[in-house]
Amino acid sequence: MKLFLDLWTLVGVLAGAFFFFAGTVGLLRFPDSLTRLHALSKADNLGLGLVVLGLLPQMDSVAAGIKLVGIWLLVLLSGATAAQWIARTLRQSGPGP
Amino acid sequence: MIEVLNFGLAALILGLAVWTVVAREAPAAVVGFIVYGLLLTLVWLQLQGIDVALTEAAIGGGLTGVLLISAAVRLRSTESTARAQRPGASTRWLAAALSAAVTGALAICVLALPEPAPTLAPQVLANIAVTEVGNPITAVLLAFRAMDTLLEAIVLLFALIGVWSLAPDRAWGGRPGLLQQADGNGMLAYVARVLPPIGIVAGIYIFWIGADHPGGKFQGATLLAAMWLLVMMAGLVDAPSINRRWLRWLLVAGPLAFIAVGVLGAVTAGAFLSYPQGYAKTLILVIEFALMPTLTLVLGLMLLGAPLRGEAP
Amino acid sequence: MAEFLVGAAVFILAMVALGLMRILRGPGDADRIMAAQLLGTGGVAAVLLLGAASGEAATADIALTLALLAAFAAFAFVKAKLGQATGESRPTDSQ
Repeated sequence: MKLFLDLWTLVGVLAGAFFFFAGTVGLLRFPDSLTRLHALSKADNLGLGLVVLGLLPQMDSVAAGIKLVGIWLLVLLSGATAAQWIARTLRQSGPGP
Repeated sequence: MIEVLNFGLAALILGLAVWTVVAREAPAAVVGFIVYGLLLTLVWLQLQGIDVALTEAAIGGGLTGVLLISAAVRLRSTESTARAQRPGASTRWLAAALSAAVTGALAICVLALPEPAPTLAPQVLANIAVTEVGNPITAVLLAFRAMDTLLEAIVLLFALIGVWSLAPDRAWGGRPGLLQQADGNGMLAYVARVLPPIGIVAGIYIFWIGADHPGGKFQGATLLAAMWLLVMMAGLVDAPSINRRWLRWLLVAGPLAFIAVGVLGAVTAGAFLSYPQGYAKTLILVIEFALMPTLTLVLGLMLLGAPLRGEAP
Repeated sequence: MAEFLVGAAVFILAMVALGLMRILRGPGDADRIMAAQLLGTGGVAAVLLLGAASGEAATADIALTLALLAAFAAFAFVKAKLGQATGESRPTDSQ
């Protein structure tokens, strides 16, 4: 059982790290602001989400696990609304270089 | 792997510090400073100062960052004048040399500390049972060194009055900050309705667990102040005008309650701010409950700035 | 396992450092704000990983505070810089 849980953590955290990597690369290399915004939200949602998912077996209580998921949902909420707002403002003033 | 982390953090922090100093424009420097605060949080985590990391995350990252950004935005129009008045190269080199000297002296002092470094921690842990709280930081702040905390609360009030004193004469007693239109897009209004309930619960939670786990009134108050500021930013609530009676009462309530508890201690237990046997936790709770609204108001009002608008009819 | 988690935290920190490049270069404020958001989320992830590695339960509270204040700061920035561009928040005439 412990092996399975550890494997879960490994896979989850690695996948999350990959999405952070992808998001950062996107942020650095995509050609214009709106596409970079898209890359950023992947890191926010999936990157953190998979890391949280991977860390759940390492927590010593259900409450701690729920707290972790709560943190992810919070980041999701604020990230999504901020991205929407930035996108709307960019659209109004033109996407830029 | 830990060494890689520590070295990486140290290198990043140094790099950011250099960048913050040499950045050409204020907003870029501010962003560098905020990231610096975030990295410092990780450093505190590595040094096992969880309470300090909490405070750094709350104040260093969020609140100070917003304060500096609004200052930078307000100063934008004067940037060119400021740049023209920049001190000459020799002054800047002198400043750099002085800073390096101070850093060197600090480093030598820290490295020259005997192993193990002198500390009062064992005595705190030996006597913590008397204070009836589990978190040693809270015990130090509110029991062993309560006097310092009282003075710190009063200093914060003075700082707020200092900020208020920047108000133009005609705006004294008015509302701080510019009037915010309720966001036409609705995005900020949406966030300002959804996030604050969560933030308030989190703030009260962190305040409450400060008794036995890392946390406490200061970090909790910062969260509450941030949520209040968010609601005001969205235009859902207007800033209170500073001559409102309830505002002024709440501001002094914290330090007054603190002083009252101190006098009570002087009368019943022999010294100012000592706690009679068995009442320690109760009195600490009284102080914390009184200080929470005070701190929240102080932090929020300091970020809003001086009153800019006279009393609306 | 702890080693692995710390290693993951180091990796994410490296991503954060790379994201700083976008803050440096980013033409326009929106890009800088986006990079700052990435840093905030990366910071939360790093704190959670380090907390799990050290077994200290209270670090989740640090991540919670960071998440809330990063959200607050992000909205304050967007309002301050982009709101400026669209001309919101004018002072009312004072009496």
